[in-house]
Amino acid sequence: MEARILGQFRAIVGKGLIAEASELHTYECDGLTNLRVLPQAVLLPTSTGEVQAIVRICQREKIPFVARGSGTGLSGGALPVENGVVISLARMNRILEVDLPNARVVVEPGVINAEVTQRVAPHGYFFAPDPSSQSVCSIGGNVAENSGGAHCLKYGFTATHVMALEVVLPDASIVHLGSRALDRPGYDLPGIFVGSEGTLGIATKVVLRIVKKPAVIQTLLAAFNSTNEAGAAVSGIIGAGMLPAAIEMMDNLAIQAAEASVHAGYPNCGGLLLVELDGPAAEVEHLMDQVGEICTQCGAWEIRVAQSEAERAVVWKGRKAAFAAMGRISPNYIVQDGVIPRTALPKVLSEIERMSAAEGLRVANVFHAGDGNLHPLVLYDGRIPGQEERAMELSINILRLCVKCGGSITGEHGVGEEKKMMMSEMFAEPDLETMQLVRCAFDPQQLSNPGKVFPRTRLCAERTGPYQPHPLEVAGVAQFF
Amino acid sequence: MAAVEAAWSDLRALVGAEHMRAAMLEDAVDGVLPQMVIEPGNPEEVARALKIATGAGLQVIPRGGATKMDWGNPPRSGALILSTRRLNRIVEHAWGDMTATVGAGCTFQQLQQTLAEHGQRLALDPLWPDKATIGGILATNDSGPLRIRFGSLRDLIIGITLALPDGTLAKSGGKVVKNVAGYDLPKLATGSLGTLGIITQAIFRLHPVPREIRTLSFSTSDSGSMNALVLAIQDCNMVPTGVQVRAGSSSTPEVDLRFEGTTAGCDAQIEQTLRIASGARRIESPADVWNACSELWSGAEPSVVCKFTLLPADLGTFLNSIRKASESLHWPWRLVAQAVGVGYLRIEGEGTDTGALLSVLQDLRKKLETRGGSLVILRCPLEIKSKTDVWGSAGDALALMRNIKAQFDPTGVLNPGRFIGGI
Repeated sequence: MEARILGQFRAIVGKGLIAEASELHTYECDGLTNLRVLPQAVLLPTSTGEVQAIVRICQREKIPFVARGSGTGLSGGALPVENGVVISLARMNRILEVDLPNARVVVEPGVINAEVTQRVAPHGYFFAPDPSSQSVCSIGGNVAENSGGAHCLKYGFTATHVMALEVVLPDASIVHLGSRALDRPGYDLPGIFVGSEGTLGIATKVVLRIVKKPAVIQTLLAAFNSTNEAGAAVSGIIGAGMLPAAIEMMDNLAIQAAEASVHAGYPNCGGLLLVELDGPAAEVEHLMDQVGEICTQCGAWEIRVAQSEAERAVVWKGRKAAFAAMGRISPNYIVQDGVIPRTALPKVLSEIERMSAAEGLRVANVFHAGDGNLHPLVLYDGRIPGQEERAMELSINILRLCVKCGGSITGEHGVGEEKKMMMSEMFAEPDLETMQLVRCAFDPQQLSNPGKVFPRTRLCAERTGPYQPHPLEVAGVAQFF
Repeated sequence: MAAVEAAWSDLRALVGAEHMRAAMLEDAVDGVLPQMVIEPGNPEEVARALKIATGAGLQVIPRGGATKMDWGNPPRSGALILSTRRLNRIVEHAWGDMTATVGAGCTFQQLQQTLAEHGQRLALDPLWPDKATIGGILATNDSGPLRIRFGSLRDLIIGITLALPDGTLAKSGGKVVKNVAGYDLPKLATGSLGTLGIITQAIFRLHPVPREIRTLSFSTSDSGSMNALVLAIQDCNMVPTGVQVRAGSSSTPEVDLRFEGTTAGCDAQIEQTLRIASGARRIESPADVWNACSELWSGAEPSVVCKFTLLPADLGTFLNSIRKASESLHWPWRLVAQAVGVGYLRIEGEGTDTGALLSVLQDLRKKLETRGGSLVILRCPLEIKSKTDVWGSAGDALALMRNIKAQFDPTGVLNPGRFIGGI
């Protein structure tokens, strides 16, 4: 990068500029570590004004930029682009305001997900989105990916809990999307911005909604001989008209890994189910009895109900550590993130088993069973030539299977760099072209995280329709600004 | 003119003569009388009709059940009403997966009846469910008391098919509850008043029909104690599926609460409520109290009905502002508000000049907007509409909204002028 431009960046962020190759390596990938690109520079602004000043230079010099939170994303969404800079929001990490009567919290994007709950927990509130990486991932990253987590079955995704945003657009203007109150008149801009994977601009402030902690939380752990039996129990629970806070399933390989890693005390079984119910005590106790009965009917041979907070924490520890635990049973692994209609679960699992056997690679399965979000973990040994490629191929074929069954290529990890080619298998060309109209409205020069999400880039046409003033405006009785 | 004539004949050929007719007086939208009404029979026909209209420069006003045609600013122009009435099929109820795919022209009631056969529902309670269609409900982002527990349409819609002015038929989202592949066009289309594309089909996540529903109501002495009660209910760990405030110029505020679930769960929460509400007087809940909002659309004319949004803790103050404004002018008013901070207000301004009414509305709007809320005028005399943007201010995001409109509808075919800021 030209010294002239580096000088301008330095003038904005001072020591928050990284341009040394040795230091830039920290930022060459996110949680998807097999894709790496060295950025030209990394900038660590500390205020909205600094972000705006950086983007202004990027816009003027046509320098692509990639916003980055904690770098825990699993689809390469924060992968730098060649000839571009990374704008890390890690130093914008203040909780600016806690408004308990209205259940709102205002944060900067670098605030860690779990810190929001920590701050409001003494008052009986929590921030509902809980991705497994919640102790390290940032709110800005959650906004970019529309993060879910185990409890989104009941509580919804990040989009449900983001009321408003302050955003620096790719043309360096600052806009305010949404409002602290619901239903701001106009297009649902927070709705389209959340989950746009950093391609529409950079969020510099986020107004979150917090939720009152339920009176009682109970977590049931049930051991089955197979994932099919566990799957039948899931259908039984949903069919009985219950909406659990979470339903998680793990297969034997995933259980083994979790046990080796965090000793959660899971029974060694073919299919493990975690069912969490929350709500009023009378309701939860009554329904938990029913859940237990359904599990028993479906073949559960061990059922435990964690009552205390400490017991629950242990039960969840194994599940939340499941991805990282794979390192205990395999030198390398690929995490996938497919979604299927819940009823397709038995069919998809047996097909994954067949594909895994045919490829000679083990696949561990961890999933949010309540909403059909599978996380197949394809295990391989990178030292064996050709095995990584085969593992990639297998994981992609699993996604194809999800699409074929009416599902999605991503439930919560995002498309990013990794799965953009898969978008064409899920959507037709007109669908993808239409989505990119939004991109053209926000970022016609395609500077914000270019090349991600979509397999091909739509060329943004100039706006053909000149703005037509409303009669009210012409008459001077209303001002539209 | 020749192009227009050719377009009419192309449209007739497309949908069949029996599904195209000349517009009548009752088809007018805020004084704008279109020339034709067409009723395409499937999403492809909608897209092709839009392409024909765009090619001939004909403005299109989409219409579902026609229950909310007077919402929005008056259209700048409109040549063609495109009715989604025939897109009324429930394409799929995947009850095992708790999702449903439904045509835009299906009425809410028809959908709900079908879903109930398998003990499920779309957890939404919009206005006029017997007439309002799924497409219209989405386009106007209508919701009711259930949203305190289940969210609004943006939390329930998971997939959409949109017909664009250039004839593109585009899908976004999908049939699974959890899905982050691509931009979330279902959310963008929700509440866009048909200005970006015509919704032809939508996919929703569903919820079980509750085992038991219980309602209880209280009368409070004033706005302050009403607001305190409503906040206290939300600040405890009960899970109501409705917390509603009813108030008016001739009555003290009343609060309705609804619980759903098991008998034991409802009983325990009612007991807890009675403890929290010990300062309020329990009253018998009026019949059909959860449809109270729809009653705001009837009464003496001329009247104004507005939707307002505010922070939950501001409700009491807002109520006092209305009371103060109306007392000096002697206008009867009624409101129904949900505790999450969304409400509807009716003012009957008989015998008063619209100028005074507008100035009160603008004053209330200003109070709300400075605190992050809004006031949208839904129904009012045309004279008022000609003097203000019924939507209020879009703030600094208006340019971005215009960019989006320009991308989806570059020549301004769809509902020109009816949306915020003249979009």
